[in-house]
Amino acid sequence: MALRAWAETAALTSAALLVTLVVFGGLVAARGLDPVAVYATLYVGAFGTWFSLEDTLTQAAPLMLTALATAIPARAGLLVIGGEGALVVGGVATVLAGVLLAGAPPAVAIGLMCGAGALAGGLWIAAAGALRHWRGVNETISTLLLNYIAVAVLNWLVSSPIRDFDQVLKAASWPVGEAFMLGDIPGTGIHWGLAFGVAACLVAWGLLRATTFGFAVDILGGNLRAAQMVGLPVGRLVLATCFLGGAAAGLAGALEVAAVHGFASASLVVGYGYAGILAAFLARQHPLGCIAVAVLLGGISASGGLLQRRFGLPDAATLVLQGILFVAVLATHTLHGRLRAGRAA
Amino acid sequence: MTPPPDLGWAGVLVALVGGAIRVSTPYLFVSLGETLTERSGRVNLGLEGTLVLGAMSAYGVAYLSGSPWLGVLVAGLAGALLGLLHASVCNLPRVNDIAVGIALFLLGTGLAFYLGKPFIEPRAPRLPSLALGAWSGSPQVRAALEVNALFLAGAVLAPLLWWALRGTRWGLILRTAGDNADAARALGHSVGLTRVLATMAGGFLAGVGGSFLSLYYPGTWNEGLSSGQGLMAIALVIFARWNPLACFGVSLLFGAATALGPALQSVGITAYYDLLNAAPYGLTLALLIWSSSTRHALVGAPGELTISK
Repeated sequence: MALRAWAETAALTSAALLVTLVVFGGLVAARGLDPVAVYATLYVGAFGTWFSLEDTLTQAAPLMLTALATAIPARAGLLVIGGEGALVVGGVATVLAGVLLAGAPPAVAIGLMCGAGALAGGLWIAAAGALRHWRGVNETISTLLLNYIAVAVLNWLVSSPIRDFDQVLKAASWPVGEAFMLGDIPGTGIHWGLAFGVAACLVAWGLLRATTFGFAVDILGGNLRAAQMVGLPVGRLVLATCFLGGAAAGLAGALEVAAVHGFASASLVVGYGYAGILAAFLARQHPLGCIAVAVLLGGISASGGLLQRRFGLPDAATLVLQGILFVAVLATHTLHGRLRAGRAA
Repeated sequence: MTPPPDLGWAGVLVALVGGAIRVSTPYLFVSLGETLTERSGRVNLGLEGTLVLGAMSAYGVAYLSGSPWLGVLVAGLAGALLGLLHASVCNLPRVNDIAVGIALFLLGTGLAFYLGKPFIEPRAPRLPSLALGAWSGSPQVRAALEVNALFLAGAVLAPLLWWALRGTRWGLILRTAGDNADAARALGHSVGLTRVLATMAGGFLAGVGGSFLSLYYPGTWNEGLSSGQGLMAIALVIFARWNPLACFGVSLLFGAATALGPALQSVGITAYYDLLNAAPYGLTLALLIWSSSTRHALVGAPGELTISK
């Protein structure tokens, strides 16, 4: 049964990939380029060399975490699209924690900074969960609105209250300081965020699959009435899944600050949150699937530079490719379960 | 655009009125489009991508053909195509309309940037405007009342759509598909086809809204053209309670809110500029919290809508 489900997912995903390659190949051919050569270059730019693989995995790290922001609440039947906002408030909280902790031992400080980021992101989405449970406010809409509110608060904070006036070129927050920066995984050019991302997906998978909490969440996601009838604490489950999802995205923000930028600024708002929603849907809300999808999407983004240099393709070509892929994969969702049912009959 | 010191606070008011008229047009078109789509029972979260693709195709066509109105038409057609894609994929059972919307948000933006690279430099002809402020001696008032033809078209379209939804056969079929799909089917209407047409019409309007951005204000094509007007329309439609007439008023309100920051900046108040940008979202969230209930769906919301359940 599980094997059949895996085979079905693999078959449908391959079909969607094939359709994507044909459609995008047509677009590329319309420019007079050879699609096969473009795809070969895309592969090299994404996975072909150690250097490109490093770039791919670096881009994949935040996507794994923002994908969880949608995937975990989805298991409880909620559609949360607030990863972008949770990432932003997580980044801001990390900066504040880093500045407050100035002088503390780096290992402790970095731990607390990441904790602060995760906590802030978690509370941000948990607020939407609370509104959902006690006020009936739709969580999709509220988290979408919260994204904009988070970005506005970030812009306001870095425009004066926490602005680093030594940076003249753009508005950025106080720096957390070189000592509090999370370095690279030894021997690689990949920062530690990748380890956090993979670990978070594994923990989420274990939690949802092997604990009574995960079992309760699955019942709630399957049927709200049934969950109420058997006396599950629906409110607490909604809050907990929202908090965990938001915490993952908040951690992504913390890592963008502590491992990439060293400060909070508009560079946190680059669409990782929105890409994460699609990554979650591509992974069919499965935490381990999020890892694979994030690496695939990271690879497509990472190859953009090489495609531009080699073929003169606009850098938006990778956006188009991802967009086609998303539509194709979402369309295959209609066939999930049917292939299996057909075989069983 | 900055009011001179002699107008002072009156200048802020004039800038607000002018801003409301100038900035509201894309909001108006996108929100009317989204209202149509949502009244048929479907959410299209991809209108931001439609808006950007509309802006690009309008600019490109206006530049190549020399006719801005041909650009507006092509922008609408491009939007309708994206709407067709959204509706056809969503018509498949068990496909999530929110996710498809976000995918099209990405695809529309990507396509616009991909195809629009050659049009960043050249100048395209702009859409004409009417000088409704010609009676005034003040240059600020004249600038504020420089009204674009598309704004007037939107102002006519809003009551027209309100009437069409309320008082025509087509409007009734659309509303039935949106409120109770089973009832629509029982009456012998195709819910899928109704939603395809409603989403295409919504995409057409959003594309036209995008053409306003590139052909009038700001009046150029670049990749940072839209500042999220397409996504804000989702909030706007909720604020307007799915009513086209209210969309008109709320678009003006959101437009004025957008113009408030720069207007206040011109009289020296700069402190909360960025927070003011969040005002429409904060207001919509407050309205949602106030009017939602765990017992019933939102007042005025179509019954089949995933986001009102």
